[in-house]
Amino acid sequence: MTQRTTGGVTRRTIIKAAAATAAAQVAGPFVISARGDTPVRIGLDNPLTGTYAALGKNELIGCQLAIEQINAKGGILSRQVELLSEDSTSGDAGTAVQKARKLIDRDNVNFLVGNVNSALALAMADVAAEKKVLMVVPGGHTDAVTGTSCHYNVFRVCNTTQMEANAVAPTLIKNAGKKWYYITPDYAFGHTLQAGLEKACAANGGSKIGADLTPLGTTDYSSYLIKAQAANPDVIIFLPQGDDMINAMKQAVQFGLDKRFHLAGAQQELEALEGLPPEARVGTWVFEWYWNQPNNPHVATFVSAIQKKTGKVPTARTWFGYAATWTCALAANNAKSLDTLKMAKTLSGMKLPPEVSLMPDQAYYREGQNQLLGDLFVGQAQAKGSTAEDLFKVSTIVKGPDAAGTLAETGCKMQWPA
Amino acid sequence: MTRLEKPALTAFVWLALLTMPWWMNAIGGYTELASRVLVLGLAAMALNFLLGYTGVLSFGHAAYFGLGAYGVGMMIKFVVPSTPLGMLVGVATGTVAAAVLGLLIVKLRGVYFAMVTIAFGQVFYFIAFRWNSVTGGDDGLTGWKRQALDLGFTQVDLLGNDRAFYYFLLFVFALAVGAMALILRSPFGRTLVAIRENERRARFLGIPVERHIWLSFVISCFFVSLAGTLYALLNNFVDPRALRWDQSGNFVIMAVLGGMRSFWGPLVGAAIFVVLQDYVSSHTENWMSFVGLFFVLVVLFFPRGVMGILARRRATDATKEGA
Amino acid sequence: MTQLILFNVFNGLIIGAFYALMALGLSLILNLSGVINFAHGGFLALGAYIAYSLSPHIGFWGALVVAPVATAVVGLVVERVLIRRVYGRDPLYSLLLTFGLAYIFEDVLRYIWGAQSVPFPIPPALASPLSPEYFFLTGYRLFMVALVAAAVVALFVILNRTKLGIRIRAGTQDLETVNVLGVNVRILRNLNFGLGTYLAGLAGVLAAGMLGLQPTIGTSLIMPSFVAIIVGGLGSLPGTLLGGLLIGVASGLTTMFFPSATEAVMYVMMGLVLLVRPRGLLGEEGRVQ
Repeated sequence: MTQRTTGGVTRRTIIKAAAATAAAQVAGPFVISARGDTPVRIGLDNPLTGTYAALGKNELIGCQLAIEQINAKGGILSRQVELLSEDSTSGDAGTAVQKARKLIDRDNVNFLVGNVNSALALAMADVAAEKKVLMVVPGGHTDAVTGTSCHYNVFRVCNTTQMEANAVAPTLIKNAGKKWYYITPDYAFGHTLQAGLEKACAANGGSKIGADLTPLGTTDYSSYLIKAQAANPDVIIFLPQGDDMINAMKQAVQFGLDKRFHLAGAQQELEALEGLPPEARVGTWVFEWYWNQPNNPHVATFVSAIQKKTGKVPTARTWFGYAATWTCALAANNAKSLDTLKMAKTLSGMKLPPEVSLMPDQAYYREGQNQLLGDLFVGQAQAKGSTAEDLFKVSTIVKGPDAAGTLAETGCKMQWPA
Repeated sequence: MTRLEKPALTAFVWLALLTMPWWMNAIGGYTELASRVLVLGLAAMALNFLLGYTGVLSFGHAAYFGLGAYGVGMMIKFVVPSTPLGMLVGVATGTVAAAVLGLLIVKLRGVYFAMVTIAFGQVFYFIAFRWNSVTGGDDGLTGWKRQALDLGFTQVDLLGNDRAFYYFLLFVFALAVGAMALILRSPFGRTLVAIRENERRARFLGIPVERHIWLSFVISCFFVSLAGTLYALLNNFVDPRALRWDQSGNFVIMAVLGGMRSFWGPLVGAAIFVVLQDYVSSHTENWMSFVGLFFVLVVLFFPRGVMGILARRRATDATKEGA
Repeated sequence: MTQLILFNVFNGLIIGAFYALMALGLSLILNLSGVINFAHGGFLALGAYIAYSLSPHIGFWGALVVAPVATAVVGLVVERVLIRRVYGRDPLYSLLLTFGLAYIFEDVLRYIWGAQSVPFPIPPALASPLSPEYFFLTGYRLFMVALVAAAVVALFVILNRTKLGIRIRAGTQDLETVNVLGVNVRILRNLNFGLGTYLAGLAGVLAAGMLGLQPTIGTSLIMPSFVAIIVGGLGSLPGTLLGGLLIGVASGLTTMFFPSATEAVMYVMMGLVLLVRPRGLLGEEGRVQ
C-alpha cells in the first residue's frame, strides 16, 4: 500500500497504540501522547480519486521519495519521519477539511501538505491557520494562497498564475503575434490566469480581441473554437487544465486550427501532454519544472530515483511533492525546533539547496508572501523528443523573481502572531 | 408502527450521543467525526421520513441539503454575520424549493419518482457549479465562518471550540428529531404510514394522497436542509459536491443500512457509513471499491438494515418464549 | 451568425445522438427489468478502455467491433451474478446496487489503467476536417452520427423483426403473460441487459475518440441520458431517441448564447415536459404511476 512511507511501523499499529493509550486513560478524555520517541509526522491531504487523481498521485510519489531521503540523512531533529496520506477527493471540501482535522487532531501531524485543487488548498489553509500547524501547498495555483489569503504559516511551492502569465507573455508576443483570443475555464484559477495574461500581454504591446469563459468540465469545445477562429487572432490561448485541456486541444487539432493559428497557453503539464495523441502535442507553454535539464547532475539523480520507483520520468507534480516535503524537513532542522512560528520564521527567505531546488537558479521562499520563487521553463510542446517521454522543448528559462511582480502587487498582508 | 421505538433504546441512543466526543476519540476517531455523524445522521433521518414512513423514494435529497448549506453560507458571507439567521435562511431556501418542485413530481411513483428527483436535484448542482460569480462555482463558497452564538447573557464560541460546536449540533439535532417524532405520532404521521402500506386503500378511504405525499416531501426536505445548514457550518465552506447525486445516494444507503422501518435506523446507518468510509479511505486509495462493495453487500444481504435484523431477532426470541 | 446557429444545431445533434445511444441502452434495461442502471457510465468507460487496449493490436476498426461485444459480455455476467437478484424488489435496491457498481467500476478502471488520461488514436482519415470553410465538420464527427444512426436502425430492426426483439417488446408490455407463454424470462432479461451494455460500450469507443479517456469519462454522460428518457417518455424507445436529440440540440444552442446554462437547460426542458405532459413526449398512458 502507498499510504505510508517509513521504516517498519504500519498505520494499523499506530491506531492500535492510540486506542491502547486511550483505553489506559479512560478517566480523562484528553489523550496526551508522548512525543519524545514518536516519529515526526507529515500529513498529506491530496486528491487520489476523481479529476485530479493523476496529479495527486504524482505529488504523493515525490513526497515518498523525499521522506526516504530525509530518513536516510538522519530524519527531522534526529527523529524518523513518516508520511500519512489521506485522499482529499478532487473537489469535496467537506472531505478535505475533515481529513485535515483528522490529521491534525487525531494523528498529531507536525506538518500539513496539500492540495492540488486551489479551493481545497484555501479551505485547508484556514484549518492550518486555526490549528497553528505549518502547511506547505505543493501544487494549488490560485494567487490568493500566497496573496490576499496568505498566512504566516502557509507556504507554497508551485507558482502563482500571475508568474506563469508574466513568464510566457514576452515569448508569445515575439514569436506568435499581438492579437490574443482567450479560452478560459470559468473558475478562480482561470480568471486569475486570464487577468494575469491580459496584464502581461498589454505590458508587452499586445491586445485581447476576444475571450470565452468555458464551464469547468466542458467536453465539447467546438462552438468556442468556431467563435475564436472567426475573430481571426494571432494566438488562441488555452487556459483549461487537465481533461478539459485534453478535450480542447484534441478538438482544435482535429479542426486543423493548429495550421492556421498559433495555439498556446500558460500552464501546461506533462500529464496532459501524455494524454494527448502525438499530433495534438503542439503550442507554446510554461512548464513549472521539467525533467530534461542537461548538465544538472542533481536533476539526473532525482530523475533516475523516480524512474526506479515508478518506471516513468518525474513531472512537475512529482517535484512539487518532493520540494514540499523537503521544505518541512529543512524548516524544522534549520530552526532546530518543531514550533510552527520558529519554523515559519526560518523558512521565510530561505533558499532551497540545489539537490532540492533542482533548477538552474536556487529557488527561495520570498519573505512577506511565503511564495517559492524558482525558474519557469517556457517552450514548445513536441510530439516526440530525445525519448518517448520528452514532450517539451525548453526555449527560455525565466527567473522567478523577474516574473513575480512586486510584493504589493500580490495583495498579501502578512500578519505574524505577537 | 404507532409506537416509534422502545424507551430503553431511545434512552440508549441519547446517552451515546451525549457522550460521543469521548468515546469517538477512544475508538480512534476525533470530535469532528462525531459532528459529521450527527449531521449526516440527521440528513438520513430526514430522508427516511419520506422513504421509510411514507414509502416514497427520493434520490435527490442532496439538492435541498446543499441549498440549506449555500443559504447559510451566503447569508453569513453577504448579509448578516449571524449563525441562527443564516440557518433560518438556509432552511427556508431548501424548503421553498422543495415545495415548488414537489408540486411537479407528486403524481409520479416508484422508479419514475426516483429518476425525476435525481434529475431535478442536478439542476441545483449545476446552478451552484456554474454560477461562478454568486456561488463561487467549483471553487466553493469561501471567506465566511460560523459565528459565535450570542445568547444574550453569554457568548458561545462555536468556531474555536470543537466540543461546544458538537453540543450546539446536538441541541439542534434534538429539536429536529423531537419535532419529527411528534409529527410521526400525530394523526398525519399515521396517515402517511397508511399510504405507505396501501396507497389504493388510503385513496378509497378518502385521504388526499397527493397532498399528503407533497407535505411529507416538504417536511422531509425541511429537515434535510436543516442538516445542510449544519454541514456548511461544520466545514466553514460550501461546494457544489454537497448537492450532487452521489451525496443523495449516500443518504439513501445510510437509511437502508441502518433500517428504514426504524426511527433511529438511519442514524445508526450514518454512523456506520461515516466511520467506515473514514477508516477505509485512510488505509487504501481504492476506498471507492470498498464503499461500492459495501453497497452491493447491503442490498444483497442486509436489505432490512441493522435495526431490522435486531428487530427480527427480538421477534424470533419472543415467539420462542411464547411457544 | 447563421452559420454559427446552423453549426450549433448540427453540433447539438451530434451530442444528442450520443446521449440517445447511451439513453437507449438505459431505457431497454429499465423498460424490461425495471432497473435504472447507474453503472451505465461505468460500462461506457469500460468499453472505451477495452478499445484503447485492443487498438494497438487490432486497429481502431477492430476495436470498434470487439470492444462493445466485450463490454456486453461483462454486462451479461454482471446481470447474471448481481442484477438478477433485485428484480421484482423495491426499485430502491436496484438503484443502490448499480450505484455501488458505479463506484466499483470507476475504481477498478483507475486501478488497471491509471488515473491519468490516455491517448486514444483515431484513424488519420477521420481526424481531419472535410473542407477548410466547414472545418468543424470533421470526418470523425460525421462518422459518429452515421454510426449512431446505423446502430439505432439496427436496434429497431432487432426489436421489430427478430424473435428476441419481439419477445423483449412483449415483455416490456406484460412480462407475466410472456412468461406464461413459455418464454424463458431469465434468459430474455439477461440478453436484454447485454444488448443495453453493448450500446454503452459502443458509445464508449466513440467518446474516447473525441474526449480525453480517463476513468470518469462516463459520469458526465449518465445524467443527460436520464433526462432524455424522462423527456421522451418512460417505456418508449422512439421517445428516448427523440428526447436525446432534443436535449442535445437545446444544450448546443445554449452553449452559443449562454454557456453557463448548457446543462441547466436540459433540466428546465424536463421540468416543462413534466408540467405539461407528465408521462413524457411519447410515453404511454398509465406507465408513470
